[in-house]
Amino acid sequence: MQFGIFSVGDVTPDPTTGRTPTERDRIKAMVAIALKAEEVGLDVFATGEHHNPPFVPSSPTTMLGYIAARTERLVLSTSTTLITTNDPVKIAEDFAMLQHLADGRVDLMMGRGNTGPVYPWFGQDIRQGINLAVENYALLHRLWREDVVNWEGKFRTPLQGFTSTPRPLDGVPPFVWHGSIRSPEIAEQAAYYGDGFFHNNIFWPADHTKRMVELYRSRYAHYGHGTPEQAIVGLGGQVFMRKNSQDAVNEFRPYFDNAPVYGHGPSLEDFTEQTPLTVGSPQQVIEKTLAFRDYAGDYQRQLFLMDHAGLPLKTVLEQLDLLGEEVVPVLRKEFAARRPAGVPDAPTHASLLARRTSEEVTVA
Amino acid sequence: MRLVVVSAGLSVPSSTRLLADRLAASAGRQADADVEVVELRELAVEIAQNFTNGFPGRRLAAAIDAVTSADGLIVVTPVFSASYSGLFKSFFDVIDKDALAGVPVLIAATGGTARHSLVLDHALRPLFAHLKAVVVQTGVYAASEDWGAEGLDGRIERAAGELAALMRGMAGTRRAAPDTLTVVPFAEQLAAVSGRSGG
Repeated sequence: MQFGIFSVGDVTPDPTTGRTPTERDRIKAMVAIALKAEEVGLDVFATGEHHNPPFVPSSPTTMLGYIAARTERLVLSTSTTLITTNDPVKIAEDFAMLQHLADGRVDLMMGRGNTGPVYPWFGQDIRQGINLAVENYALLHRLWREDVVNWEGKFRTPLQGFTSTPRPLDGVPPFVWHGSIRSPEIAEQAAYYGDGFFHNNIFWPADHTKRMVELYRSRYAHYGHGTPEQAIVGLGGQVFMRKNSQDAVNEFRPYFDNAPVYGHGPSLEDFTEQTPLTVGSPQQVIEKTLAFRDYAGDYQRQLFLMDHAGLPLKTVLEQLDLLGEEVVPVLRKEFAARRPAGVPDAPTHASLLARRTSEEVTVA
Repeated sequence: MRLVVVSAGLSVPSSTRLLADRLAASAGRQADADVEVVELRELAVEIAQNFTNGFPGRRLAAAIDAVTSADGLIVVTPVFSASYSGLFKSFFDVIDKDALAGVPVLIAATGGTARHSLVLDHALRPLFAHLKAVVVQTGVYAASEDWGAEGLDGRIERAAGELAALMRGMAGTRRAAPDTLTVVPFAEQLAAVSGRSGG
């Protein structure tokens, strides 16, 4: 099982000091956080993609390429890549390029985005959101698998004799996750292709995540990729820890109360009770995270949101130390002990290359 | 059959709830329905938090389930600033936009004076038309003076009778609210965009 972090990349004033980082500060902080993730033994760093303030990560492969050069092991991913408003041709090129530079340590998560004006800013119509995700991904899927593509669709210029370069590393396209909070169409899309399905999981009650994951698993089996238990599932999570749980609550409360997404809304107590947010001791984080499998089944990737709402870099790095030293080693052991044989790991470049090689041998 | 009453009165006791109870008693009797009352005042904080959180708290979720699975609704709001109250509108804002399609709804309102009685036809009726509910032809408006005058009883009986008739007539015609996610098979999703696509 993979453990990692995903960042929204928000520039938010620290509510306890009133200080707002500059964009440069925040971008460098995201890089420092990614490097720390590798240092403390996490597996994945994923960045969001946004095209409006107060967010900085508009150009994920630029950032991930820089991080790739400074890491050895970390898998670089996105949360999410906008399949609706980006040109699928450019996604194919950018991520294949990143794959080569990062020696295959790359996958990505498709999403539709949640900011209405991004669609018109990029010349698209939000009412076509699902259709854009369907058509653009169908094209992207072919661009990584067929050397020469002739294509015509509804939303972009036709392609005649087009070859997306560079070709994917070793001829193996990056593994793709599809992220969606509430659209069954996207769970269906992930299942159809045998791709991964990621549920953000952090803003909604568990029952909702459960229904989406169950749908994806059953449709994954329907399309013949394996049993429902073999489907590739990722979940989000959100934690803030101190050794003493009351210290965690006291320290995190002003950040929670002023957070861009849920601030000025529910109480910290209500929100931790009703959603997967955990604010407390490392042991509480372990218990709550292990309970995710009660409703999502045995899953492959757990990403935590650690660096938002104006938390200072120093605090985030301390959180990552706790995550890497006290939480993830226990979670690895406990999840592994509970996992039945036959549940696969999250695909990596190496595993996908091995699978392709064995399939070629079988065919020959 | 199940009749659910949504009352947006704020004071306790409130004339809005009083009107709601009179309508419910009459419609419940005429339709032979079980009556459940949803008091929006008790849900005010959870309704506001639904906007900030994106999901309903437990009591609000139970109220939404009751309303969206009812065979008929009576909805009663006080008139605030020439329209339904913000709380009343907010409750219907957090319900899925298709969840009330085909539900018989009796609209009613209370106000300090009779001068606002057209709120039924200028505010409530368009709201429930938008939600594709079946709005009972007679709405009931009660101004303060109506509680000491003749005529309110007759309007209540008539409106409640119309609601009961609609509930009986439409019983079993609504498809149950889906409790599982609906899947559009991927081939259909692809077909929707592949009019000119090369595949």
